[in-house]
Amino acid sequence: MLSKISKEALLGPLSRNNPVLVQILGICSCLAVTAKLEPAIVMGISVTAITAFSNLIISLIRNTIPNNIRIIVQLVVVAALVIIVDQILKAYNYEMSKALSVFIGLIITNCILMGRLEAFALSNKPWPSFLDGIGNGIGYAIILVVVAFFRELLGSGTLFGFQVIPQAFYDMGYSNNGLMILPPMALVTVGCIIWWHRSRNKDLQEEQ
Amino acid sequence: MKGLRNYLSRIKPNFMPGGKYSKLQSVFEGFESFLFTPNTTSTSGVSIHDSNDSKRTMTVVIVSLLPCLLFGMYNIGYQHYLAIGQAGAGFWDMFLYGLAALLPTIVVSYVVGLGIEFIGAQIRHHEIQEGFLVTGLLIPLICPINTPLWMIAVATAFAVIFAKEIFGGTGMNIFNVALITRAFLFFAYPAKMSGDAAFVATEPVFGLGGGTLVDAFSGATPLGQVATATTANPQITNIVGEPISTLDAFIGLIPGSVGETSTLCILIGAFILLFTGTASWKIMLSVFAGGLFMGWIANMFPSATYPASSLSPIDQVCLGGFAFAAVFMATDPVTGARTETGKFIYGFLIGVIAILIRVYNSGYPEGAMLAVLLMNAFAPLIDYFVVQSNIKRRLKRAKVNN
Repeated sequence: MLSKISKEALLGPLSRNNPVLVQILGICSCLAVTAKLEPAIVMGISVTAITAFSNLIISLIRNTIPNNIRIIVQLVVVAALVIIVDQILKAYNYEMSKALSVFIGLIITNCILMGRLEAFALSNKPWPSFLDGIGNGIGYAIILVVVAFFRELLGSGTLFGFQVIPQAFYDMGYSNNGLMILPPMALVTVGCIIWWHRSRNKDLQEEQ
Repeated sequence: MKGLRNYLSRIKPNFMPGGKYSKLQSVFEGFESFLFTPNTTSTSGVSIHDSNDSKRTMTVVIVSLLPCLLFGMYNIGYQHYLAIGQAGAGFWDMFLYGLAALLPTIVVSYVVGLGIEFIGAQIRHHEIQEGFLVTGLLIPLICPINTPLWMIAVATAFAVIFAKEIFGGTGMNIFNVALITRAFLFFAYPAKMSGDAAFVATEPVFGLGGGTLVDAFSGATPLGQVATATTANPQITNIVGEPISTLDAFIGLIPGSVGETSTLCILIGAFILLFTGTASWKIMLSVFAGGLFMGWIANMFPSATYPASSLSPIDQVCLGGFAFAAVFMATDPVTGARTETGKFIYGFLIGVIAILIRVYNSGYPEGAMLAVLLMNAFAPLIDYFVVQSNIKRRLKRAKVNN
């Protein structure tokens, strides 16, 4: 069903070419929205939708874009999609829209988007570009969810807002780690995931 | 001695690669070099060795920490018996209570920290280094006595892994490991690290002490009282409501983190460090100068919004962790500035920033920890500019001569 290039475009970004772990893109939003699981998942879905469709649209019109204004054209496409996602969230999930506040709008500055448009969509056919967008979006979303899982579990003792650490633990003297809620620990958590990922994939390690 | 040496030599092959216990090689070497001077010599280049190796340096620092440690133990007991209304309890009662209360923290700090260092050294086939000897004793001294042991364990593990091992182990860390432990605790568990309940042990320990608290009891530290004060000239009191003078703050029978209360004992430690040439007098002096300077400026403009500004400069350096940070934290040779001019700048800025945070940021009653950590980050930059300006000056001189 999938040609080799399509398969690589879809599955590569999940691990071996992960936008966060390997390309180190999209770190800022990774720190900002991962204090809780729910916003992280919504953010992941939003970014996936936007990367997929911006890749598709840019790839469709790639031969008509003059090279010296291509960044402007890309921005217009991305901005339009971001506004659509923002409006949909406002209409159907206002609470989440409030919780994510400016970070949905800031997807437009997410490095993954520009990176994929420049590196892939401008030089590939629409179908692989679309898959590449989905792959990178999901690759980003996975990291967001993993980081948010640990931050919410250790920082608030909850998952999706439900308390998972039993009350008996708190009675015995356990307390939530307030530092996990703060952005620095998101950076440390991402660092730990990168550490684990590199140790699993020896060829990604830099020469000593 | 000879028998021990022979015994070690006999069991040594078991720990070498291929031996029965080769997984414990670094542990064995750690103990061997702890007991005997290693007989390895450098294989390349010309090296000058003197007898003052890192093991001896660490030992001197430990010795200089002993006055603070012993006084801290006594003070824990003193505060406890004061809180339960038995201020007349004997010296040994107080000291033994403090010893019993503090010992578990020291044990946890060493076991967790050294455990991680041993495992890390074994995985990477490094030698075990002595760096944690000092850190492991600093951690109990800069934490409130009521910090739960599991929190000490978590914070120590975090600091050793993320502030030290990741950067390459002893001598390679950017930030002071003990202070990272303290900062982790402070930001992760603020409820346990500040306020009334943190600094005075009120529970019986191993059957020692214990009793009902007196009515007037309040466990707030002097700086805690100042930070929450609403008037321009707050009256600082001890835990049963009697006023505290500057002399009390200097001697140190006040509530606070274990080793930080007694400026007198810290100065004894400072004397040992300076007399043996272990720590830099330039850093120590300039930290105090910076603290006094900023304390003087703040005191020029006392205001009710920033109640700590009404403290005199002398009070500023005697209260809280300032003196301890100046003597034992800022002088850390690994994380501090290394150029001679840089040491003055580095120390002075620590002093200024510590008081600046203390006075003008009401969120933090004490700023010494944050000031040292911040300047740790800037120390390489200071060194860089000192070196660059030296180069520039000499280049200029060379041109004039031509």
